[in-house]
Amino acid sequence: MVSPGSTGALEGLLPELAVIRKDFPILERTLAGGMPLVYLDSANTSQKPQVVIDTMVDHLERHNANIARAMHQLGAESTEAFEAARDKVAAFIGAPERDEVIFTKNASEALNLVANTLAWKGEHQVGEGDEVVITELEHHSNIVPWQLLTQRTGSTLRWFGLTDEGRLDLSDIDELINERTKVVSVAWVSNMLGTVNPIAQIARRAHEVGAIVVVDAAQAAPQLPIDLAAMPAEERPDLLAFTGHKVVGPTGIGVLWGARAVLDALPPFLGGGEMIETVRMEGSTYAGIPHKFEAGTPPIVEAIGLGAAVEYLGHIGLDAIHAHELAITGYALEGLQTVKGLTVLGPLAAADRGGAISFELEGVHPHDIAQVLDSRGIAVRAGHHCAKPAHARFGVQSSTRMSSYLYTEPREIDALVEALEYTRSYFKLD
Amino acid sequence: MTAQDLDALYQEIILDHYKNPHGKGLRGDGASADTAEVHHVNPTCGDEVTLRVHLSDGADGRVVDDVSYDALGCSISQASASVLHDLVVGKSVDEAMAIHQEFLTLMQGKGTVEPDEDVLEDGIAFAGVAKFPARVKCALLSWMAWKDATARVIGTGGVAGKAGEGDN
Repeated sequence: MVSPGSTGALEGLLPELAVIRKDFPILERTLAGGMPLVYLDSANTSQKPQVVIDTMVDHLERHNANIARAMHQLGAESTEAFEAARDKVAAFIGAPERDEVIFTKNASEALNLVANTLAWKGEHQVGEGDEVVITELEHHSNIVPWQLLTQRTGSTLRWFGLTDEGRLDLSDIDELINERTKVVSVAWVSNMLGTVNPIAQIARRAHEVGAIVVVDAAQAAPQLPIDLAAMPAEERPDLLAFTGHKVVGPTGIGVLWGARAVLDALPPFLGGGEMIETVRMEGSTYAGIPHKFEAGTPPIVEAIGLGAAVEYLGHIGLDAIHAHELAITGYALEGLQTVKGLTVLGPLAAADRGGAISFELEGVHPHDIAQVLDSRGIAVRAGHHCAKPAHARFGVQSSTRMSSYLYTEPREIDALVEALEYTRSYFKLD
Repeated sequence: MTAQDLDALYQEIILDHYKNPHGKGLRGDGASADTAEVHHVNPTCGDEVTLRVHLSDGADGRVVDDVSYDALGCSISQASASVLHDLVVGKSVDEAMAIHQEFLTLMQGKGTVEPDEDVLEDGIAFAGVAKFPARVKCALLSWMAWKDATARVIGTGGVAGKAGEGDN
């Protein structure tokens, strides 16, 4: 492992890391006992740069009005800012069309929108005899909506298992994804194991059999460059979901991107204001995308904050952020494995791995680890991380997870490793 | 929280019970009429306990013959189950319920309740836990399971005529 003194030499780190850290005011604060904050819980939620905070405050202070219906100057400004945010999100993921970007409450709602509307009559309707394929490493929000769909429609839910290393076991891909498969929904990056899944390979197979491909990009969007338009059509997902608060944006805003043909074919999700073309008592016709899926007043300032967030990440560059995450993750994997009794769950090499690292420390429960780390200002997550099946696969009930982001420094990893040694001594492990 | 807070949370007594839990392991037959078994989960962290209560008839009413349990969880939840076992086994159900109430009051007191050592014995070590809202549920997991299981035995029509059939 690189010694603490020589971490400046760690390759791949963002060159302006010190400047970037200054963009995030919360990183300056101290916690109880004067401890400086070491924030290693970014896979849970990321911190927010000043530009996102300022953009949201400015909107509320100067431009606040409802969108798309207020016939006054503020309404026009608000609508323009909201739709500009959609453009920024479209650019962030390289969406072929900006109208394919649907604002939702979060990634869960985006996935539920898809799983819910697939139950209804239409070109893509899932019914008896059909199959939906997911994986064992999914977040609960990419499991439960599909359980609901398959239970309600009499279809069958199937899933890819995992290898001991924590990667998808694709050995039975041609059997698992077959002519009965209507939907394949898979996380791009696992929130627990960190695994980066081969979504291009999975999408190719799914498209061969005519299935729709849904990608949960909640953990991928923060750290991998995404350019949907540049992907070969057969490898491009049909639908992709992510949440704003993990990409340095606010909570309460998420994104569903979908190919126009698929979104046009799906029936509406929520009914209400803004999603209609015309309403009569006998029945209604619906607006085109994106409004068809945006019933009611949306989270306006949150969307605008998300626009500022993805623009900020775009300025730094997702390639550079990804390289930074790889460097920090590699450094953390090395450091963690020097701690006696510590077992990393998931791939041990930084390549094809995201910045979330879950681990067990023999003899100490994750909650107790997190509590001791917190007393030293270090924030991590402990528990099942909404991925109970993935934990069960590895025979563990819960784990501790550290997750880095573009503002994470090597010295914070050093602090974590040192605090884990302290935890061992606190609980009197030899 | 500071290092001092940490020490207030992890009292030696708690760490001792965690390392050497009392009464751990499921005993007896969960199916008989004077026994009930429950499974409680803390959904936020995944901590789980399977707890079995065995009552018998004593001179002063029903008596807690045994509390046996299998539990997965943090030091607080494990130690709390161990202390529960120490405090309620051998007591009448009424006494045990009173101890339960005393422990509940302590845990819900946000650190303002002065624990009575005569009643709670090692349980007073959990006074520090009450200051950490996120950990109160850990401490209460097995206690709530015990209350639930006991209520189920009582609700099933009691143990009359079954006293002495035992713990096997």
